[in-house]
Amino acid sequence: MGNKPITMALAGNPNAGKTTLFNHLTGARQHVGNYPGITVDHKEGSFHQDGQQISITDLPGTYSLTAYSVEEVVSRDFLTTAKPDVVVNIVDASNLERNLYLSTQFLEMGLPVIIALNMMDVAKDRGIEIRVEKLSELLEIPIVPIIARSGKGTKELISQALEVAASSKTMEPRDISYGEDLDESLMELIATIEQTSFLSSAYPARFTAIKYLEHDDEMLRKGQAAAPETARKLEEIVSKTSDHLQATMDVYPEAIIADHRYGFIKAILRQGVLTHKFDTDRLYTSDKIDKVLTNRLLGPVIMLAILFGLYQFTFSWSELPVSWMEALFGWLGGVVENTLPDGLLKSMIISGVIDGVGGVLGFVPLIMFMFFGIAVLEDSGYLARVAFMMDRVFHFFGLHGSSVMPFIVSGGIAGGCAVPGVMATRTLRSPKERMATLLTVPFMNCGAKVPVLVLLIGAFFTEHKALYMFLFTMLAWLVALVAAKFLRMTVLRGEATPFVMELPPYRFPTFRGLVIHTWERTWQYIKKAGTVILGISILLWASMTFPGLPQSEQDLYESQRLEITETLAKQTEKLQDALTGINQEESAATLRNSIAGKVGLFFEPVSSYAGFDWRTNIAMLGGFAAKEVIISTLGTVYSMGVIEADKASSLGDRLVKDPHWNAVVAVSALIFIMFYAPCFVTVVCIAKESSWKWALFSMTFNTIFAFIASVLVFQLGSMFS
Amino acid sequence: MSEINLRKMKEKQTGTIKSVKIGGVLGRRIREMGLVPGTDITIQGRAPLYDPVALRVMGGTLTLRNNEADHIIVEVNVEG
Repeated sequence: MGNKPITMALAGNPNAGKTTLFNHLTGARQHVGNYPGITVDHKEGSFHQDGQQISITDLPGTYSLTAYSVEEVVSRDFLTTAKPDVVVNIVDASNLERNLYLSTQFLEMGLPVIIALNMMDVAKDRGIEIRVEKLSELLEIPIVPIIARSGKGTKELISQALEVAASSKTMEPRDISYGEDLDESLMELIATIEQTSFLSSAYPARFTAIKYLEHDDEMLRKGQAAAPETARKLEEIVSKTSDHLQATMDVYPEAIIADHRYGFIKAILRQGVLTHKFDTDRLYTSDKIDKVLTNRLLGPVIMLAILFGLYQFTFSWSELPVSWMEALFGWLGGVVENTLPDGLLKSMIISGVIDGVGGVLGFVPLIMFMFFGIAVLEDSGYLARVAFMMDRVFHFFGLHGSSVMPFIVSGGIAGGCAVPGVMATRTLRSPKERMATLLTVPFMNCGAKVPVLVLLIGAFFTEHKALYMFLFTMLAWLVALVAAKFLRMTVLRGEATPFVMELPPYRFPTFRGLVIHTWERTWQYIKKAGTVILGISILLWASMTFPGLPQSEQDLYESQRLEITETLAKQTEKLQDALTGINQEESAATLRNSIAGKVGLFFEPVSSYAGFDWRTNIAMLGGFAAKEVIISTLGTVYSMGVIEADKASSLGDRLVKDPHWNAVVAVSALIFIMFYAPCFVTVVCIAKESSWKWALFSMTFNTIFAFIASVLVFQLGSMFS
Repeated sequence: MSEINLRKMKEKQTGTIKSVKIGGVLGRRIREMGLVPGTDITIQGRAPLYDPVALRVMGGTLTLRNNEADHIIVEVNVEG
C-alpha cells in the first residue's frame, strides 16, 4: 500500500449506528461542513490504521438511493463522483432485512463495498442468530460483525476494508432479477445505454436502466442534460413497459422492483442465514417503554413534562454561564470606557462591536444547553415519539410532528429564544414543513420580548397581569400555526412529506456522542453567525449615531453643562444629577437627529394608523438589534437615560403619562412587537439555515402582517373607547 | 381471512400486506421501508389523536399517517 490516503465512505440507514462508528474511528479528528446550498451535514475525518492514512466521509443516513430526499441525492452523488476506494455499509443486525435493502443497491452499483454488521449484541439479546459467513458468501462481499458503541470488531473491519480498497479486482455490478416483464425491458434499456455510453462515466448501465424504470427524477434530469436523444429513447421504453404493466397487472414498475429487491433479500436470509429464537412479535424492553411513553392518555402528559424539563434545563441552567458571558462583555465594555477617550471610536467599539459580538456569544451557552438537551432526546429515540404523538395537530397546520420542538424552544412556553429555535428545525427532514416551521417560530414570545410585554402590560393593565401574559402566549401559538398554514397554502404549497418513518428502539445516548453532537452544532453557530452579525451590529449603531447633532446644538449643550458646573460647583450631588439630565437630553436629541430618528419621523404618517409616533418607531427599529433594546431605546428617546430591561417600571409610568400612549396603543404595540421582523440574529440564522431570500421574506412578511394586525387593533380599539 | 384497508385495522391485529396501490414519492417511501406485498405486520398502537399509526414490521416499528395507510391493502388474520 502506498502513502496516498485511502478514501472511505460510511453509508447506511438512519439509526444503524453510523455516527457512533464514525465518532469511534475518528474521535475529535473530524470536520463538519455543509454541502453547498443545502443543510445536510458533510462530515469528514481521518485516522490511521496498519500504517495507512484513511480519510473517511460520513454520508447522511438513507434507506435507499432513489432521489427521494436531499440526503439520498447527496449520498448517491458522492458515491458516483468522488468514487471512494471502499464503501463501508453499516447494517443493523437486529433489523437485517430492511437494512439490506440499501446494501442491494450498492451491489447493483458495483461499488467496492464491505458490510459492517453492527449491534450484534442487540441482535443476540433479541434471539436473532445470523450466520455471517454464509451471508457473506451469498452476497459475495466481506462482512465483519461489530459493536460500534464499544468499538468491538472495528479494527478487523478496517483492515478488511483496506484489503477491499487495495484489491485491484473490480466489483461487478450484481444482477438481481426483476421478473420476466421488467428483465426484458431492462435488457432493451441496457442495450441502448451501452450503445451510446450513456452516463457511463458515473453509473453502470444496469443501474441507470433500473433508475429509469423507477422513474427517478434526478436521473431523468441528468440523462436529459447529458444526451437528450438517448434519454428520450429510454423514456419511451420505460413508458411502454409502464403502460403494459399497469394494463395487465395494475402495478407500477417501481413497485415490482422494490418487491423483487425484498424478494432477493428474503431468499438469501431464508438459506439458513437468519434464525429467530423467539417469536418476532415478542415485545422488547423498548416496546414496553413505548406502552407507557406513547400511551394515549399518559403519553401526552409525560411528553409535556419532558418538554417542560428540556425547557427548564435550557433556560434555567444556562442562566449562570449566560451571566458570566454578560459579565465578561460588561467588563470589556468597562475597560474600553475607561481607557479610550470619549468619541465616535469608543462609542462604536462599545455599542457596535462589543454589544454585537456579545450578543452572538451571549447566546452560546443557551445554544449549547439546548443542543445538548435535543441531542439526548434525539439519540435516545424519544424525539421520534414526540413527532408521532404531535403529528396529528401539526399536520393540520401543514407542519410535521417534529415541528413541536422548535416551537417550544422559540418561546412556546414564554421566554424561549428563536435563535436556537431556528437551529432546532434541523431535526426536520421534510423541506417544506421545515421552511414553514423556520419562518413561523419567530412569532413565539422569546425571552427578549417578555420584558417588553411585561413593561407594557404592567403599565397599562395593572390588574390581571398573569392572565394577559397567558393570553398573549396563546395568541403567539395561534398566530404562528395559522401563519404556517397560510404559508403552506401559498408560497410553500405542496404535498405533505410522507410520515412513513421509523420509531427506533430506545437507546442510552453515549456521552461522547452527545458532546460531539453539541459541540459541532455550537461551533457552526459561532462561525456562521459571528461574522455577519458584527457587520449588522455596527450598521445599526451607525444609524442611531449619525449624522450627530449640528455643532451649534452640541455647543449649546456644552455651554449648559459649563454653566451648571459653575453655578452648582459646591453641591456635588445636585451637580451630578443636573449633568446627567443634560446628557440625557443630548442623547435624545442626537437620536432624534440620527438616521434612525429620521426614519422614525418619516414613517410617522404611516405608523400613526397603528397609533405609533416617531418615538415608538425608533424603538421598534432598535428592537431589530434585539427585542429588549426596545426598552432602552424608549428610555433614550424619552430622555430617561439607560434603562435596564428588568427595572423598567419608571419608563412604564412615563408612558402612562404620555399623551401619545393609552391602553389601545399599548395593545397595538404589543401585537406589533410580538409579530414584526425577528431580531437580526434570528434573521441571520434563518439565512444560514435556508437562504437570504427567505430571511428577507421573513422580515417583510412578519412586519407587514404585524402592522396590519396593529392597525386593526388600534382602529377598532379607538372606535370603541 | 379477509382483505381490508390498513387504516381499518385494529390495535394488536396482524396481517400480511397484499398490495400497495400508490406510486410516486409516497409509494417509493412506503416500499423502501419494507411495506411490500408478503410482509407481515402487526398494529402496535395509535397516537393519542388516533393518527398516525405505529406498525410492527420485520422486528422494527414504523409509523405512518392514516391517509398514507389508505393505500395499503392487508389480508388480516381474523382472530387478531
